[in-house]
Parts: sequence; structure tokens; C-alpha cells
Amino acid sequence: MKIPILKLGRILLASIQVDLSDEDALQFQGELLQEIAKIEALGVAIDITSMDVVDSFMARVINDTASMARLLGAEVIVSGVQPYVAMTLVEMGRELIGADCAFNLEQALNMLKSRIASRGDMQLEQDNTHE
Amino acid sequence: MSETIRIDEPLDIVKARSVARQLAARLGFSIGDQTRLATAVSELTRNILQHAGKGQCHISDCQNNDSVGINIVVEDNGSGIPDIEKAMIDGFTTSGGLGAGLPGSRRLMDHFAIESKPGLTKVTIGLVRRIK
Repeated sequence: MKIPILKLGRILLASIQVDLSDEDALQFQGELLQEIAKIEALGVAIDITSMDVVDSFMARVINDTASMARLLGAEVIVSGVQPYVAMTLVEMGRELIGADCAFNLEQALNMLKSRIASRGDMQLEQDNTHE
Repeated sequence: MSETIRIDEPLDIVKARSVARQLAARLGFSIGDQTRLATAVSELTRNILQHAGKGQCHISDCQNNDSVGINIVVEDNGSGIPDIEKAMIDGFTTSGGLGAGLPGSRRLMDHFAIESKPGLTKVTIGLVRRIK
């Protein structure tokens, strides 16, 4: 099961649309990090609007992926956590999602853009002029 | 309705939580309860794969005049949980996981029972709702 990773300048968008197995989730983590490193993505939005179950394993994969992406130098926003998923995660206890969140992909993109701008990386489009 | 799902590989986790969710939806449980149930089933069946390698998940419903319930039994024939009290503490883990599976599942469910000895570990969970 391959999750498409879309490129918008130097921002990457990934929308998880299916019920992922543990292996799929880890594969997605690896592919996303590779892609971040490859294009030196400044921002990453992970949309989980379609995920109706986020258990502790999946929550950890999402958190870890966000931390790893930050280590590479990218800003990360998770968008579209469903109300019942939020209820379940909080009821389960412990802080299972620690990544920064947004209501939807549009807000996530705006947040990414403003963070990227505020840290001084104004140039969102990939610079290919020296190639 | 009663269904038994063998838990042998990671895709079986996906199957078990999806069967549990569909049954809950069919019985009229709220989307919040469907999610609680699917999440608990996901946690418990993953425990089977991590600790015992294989096992089973039995999903059944029970209805009477004023209530409807779902019972799920997740069991394996692994080496057992040495210290159940510890296993129920948030953050305690022997597998490198978060240690959120068992205590988290207990908080999501109306009924939660666990018994374990070498050769048989059995977790029973349930949700019951009044029929309006």
C-alpha cells in the first residue's frame, strides 16, 4: 500500500486515505523521510482526515515521523484529526499525539508557509537555477 | 452474530478492528463507540503479535430487551504476562512500545477483564448501550 506524497514547491503533502497496516505505516514513514531529504523539503503536511482509527502504534508512528522530519530540517503539521479519533486518543491516556495540528490541509499549508517564512526560508519554490 | 478472526500477521489486526467496527455500526453504536471498540481491538490484537506471535479474536454481540452489547475475547497461547498489575500501568512495556495498549483499552471499554498464565492469555472487553 503506497501513500502518494505530493510535492508543492518545497512543501510535501501526504494524505493517508486507507486503513494502514503497521507495516504500511512504517513504509510510509521511510518513504516520506527519503522524499524530505531528497528535495530538502521545508515543510510537510500529513493529512489524516480519512483515518477513522488511530491507535497507540499509529499515533507513535505519526509522532516519530514528525520528530524525524524536524531533525532533517522540515516543519511538520498534522491535519484533519477526526473528533472521535481525538476523543479516543485522549481517553486512552498519555499524550499520544504531540505533533502540531491543524483543522484541514489548507490551514496546515498556511501554518507551514508562515513558519517557513518566519525562520528565514522565504524561497518556497525549489531553486533549480544553478542546475 | 459471532465471528473468530485468526491473528497471525499485521494485516489481521486491520481485519479484526474493521470487523469490530462494522458490527458496532450495524448494532447502532455511536461513531465514538465504534472508534473506541476498533481502537481497543487494534491494541489487543497487536499485543498478540508482539508477545505471542499468533492468537485469536472472537467478536460477538448480545442483545436483550433494553440493551445491546458487544463482547470481544482476545486470546493467545504464548508464555503469558508475568506481572499483570505492572502490565496495566501506563507506560510499562516489555516490547519497546508505548505501554499504552492495555491500560488505554481498559479506559475505552465498559468491561475489561484480563487473565494470564503460561500457555493462555485472555483479555475480554465489552461495550453495552441501552436501546432507546
